[in-house]
Amino acid sequence: MGTTPAILVRQLHKHFGSLHALQGIDLEVQQGEFFALLGPNGAGKTTLISILAGLTRASSGSAAVMGHDVVKDYRATRTALGVVPQELVYDPFFTVREGLRIQSGYFGLRHNDDWIDEIMAHLDLLDKADRNMRTLSGGMKRRVLVAQALVHKPPVIILDEPTAGVDVELRQSLWAFIRKLNEDGHTIVLTTHYLEEAQALCNRVAMLKQGRIVALDSTANLLKSIAERHLCLRITPDALPAGLAARVVSYTEGLYVLALDHYADMEGVLAQLRESGICIQEMELTQPDLEDVFVQVMGAS
Amino acid sequence: MVGFYTLLYKEMLRFWKVSFQTVLAPVITALLYLLIFSHVLEAHVQVYPGVRYTAFLVPGLVMMSMLQNAFANSSSSLIQSKITGNIVFMLLPPLSYLEFFAAYLLASVVRGVVVGLGVFVVTLAFTQLTILHPLWLIVFAFLGTGILGALGIIAGIWAEKFDQLAAFQNFLIMPLTFLSGVFYSIHSLPAFWQEVSRFNPIFYMIDGFRYGFFGIADVTPQLSLLVVGVCFVALSALTLILLKSGYKLRH
Repeated sequence: MGTTPAILVRQLHKHFGSLHALQGIDLEVQQGEFFALLGPNGAGKTTLISILAGLTRASSGSAAVMGHDVVKDYRATRTALGVVPQELVYDPFFTVREGLRIQSGYFGLRHNDDWIDEIMAHLDLLDKADRNMRTLSGGMKRRVLVAQALVHKPPVIILDEPTAGVDVELRQSLWAFIRKLNEDGHTIVLTTHYLEEAQALCNRVAMLKQGRIVALDSTANLLKSIAERHLCLRITPDALPAGLAARVVSYTEGLYVLALDHYADMEGVLAQLRESGICIQEMELTQPDLEDVFVQVMGAS
Repeated sequence: MVGFYTLLYKEMLRFWKVSFQTVLAPVITALLYLLIFSHVLEAHVQVYPGVRYTAFLVPGLVMMSMLQNAFANSSSSLIQSKITGNIVFMLLPPLSYLEFFAAYLLASVVRGVVVGLGVFVVTLAFTQLTILHPLWLIVFAFLGTGILGALGIIAGIWAEKFDQLAAFQNFLIMPLTFLSGVFYSIHSLPAFWQEVSRFNPIFYMIDGFRYGFFGIADVTPQLSLLVVGVCFVALSALTLILLKSGYKLRH
């Protein structure tokens, strides 16, 4: 079990007419990972997910989920996969519970009420169980979509922007639940535009741009790749010693942002300020975050 | 198999939840046809010897209602799922294209037969019919609704907007059902239109179904069965090919 990758994609291409949406994607996600798929709109994230889910067919290349080819072995693939689609879709004919029972049946499960109740409890849906889908708010419909993707306890769960337009409370409870599923051994792949979520949750990140993977590494390594740290300073008198001018990244309304290559550079900066008799009013040292990495990667490639 | 049963259950629950418009409404429509046409024609038309016009009309109306509702069930369910996007709920699970086909088809047959029974029961108030060959009647009911159910799947997959589906319904299904001998025997038509009617598969469904009641029809039930059987096999095969290829469902 442990050696089969949760997701294995080789030289995947997808053309939509003249649009080359995926241009040779190679990707391997191991079981148990919490993996982020990041990129601007139109980068190909949803296309890649759709190919894994069998909603779209690749023009060439191969894709497998838990060792099952998505085309040849589509039933095994789909059993192994739970997908939370990006679009907020629902069936207006049914209640939450009916929808979840029906979804279980599609996966061949007859008596699934215990697990359905457990999912609903985790997603705070129990008091909405017998409400028609039409009457639910957007955030509630999003929860139901998550629940639907989990009815068959899939080993691999893909969430396509699950927190788009969702309030803070749900985001937190949703991530707590997803984190628990990950701890229980489920592989999680998510796309999101909230990079701080990806940074906090995911152990590894792939960044896509125009159908290509332009960065693929552990979150920690990606953060390390940005050596520069920023030191924000407000000083009196408002005149920086000439020796520090080269470090200035920006200056707005009395706030200097200086670049540091290493933490050790701090000492030198402070010494120069002292020598010039400058008094520090406000100081903050900022760490690079995934957003900095993202901006740098997208700008460079 | 659980997947198939579930999809069938879901499709039946869907129309049953709105049975006011999916069952009651077509029964009322058929009743209106019966009232008007039998009022106008009862005294003037006798199609088969010994069969009153109202009695002649009932099997035609029952079959027409069954066919139209079988088509409406699969086609409207699919187009609604496609337009609202919830078709992904059926595309993400490991349902085979055969299960998908069988569930949508059978739900259409059930809706058609339920409506047909409803129409038949209501018409009992106006005319008593004896059924001479129930087996023929049942065979044509199932094959006819099956064909229109398959046609509904094709139309539902093909159409991208409601008006495309409406065009399919208004320019193909409606003319074919109305010009199939529901209200008349094709022998009453001029020779040219008699010939044209023979190319309409729905004519054979109505004619065969009517034979089940009266034991008389415009053509032999064996010929009707042949035409209807071939249509059923051909349309089912086409639907399965479309579903297997993922036509307009999986890009």
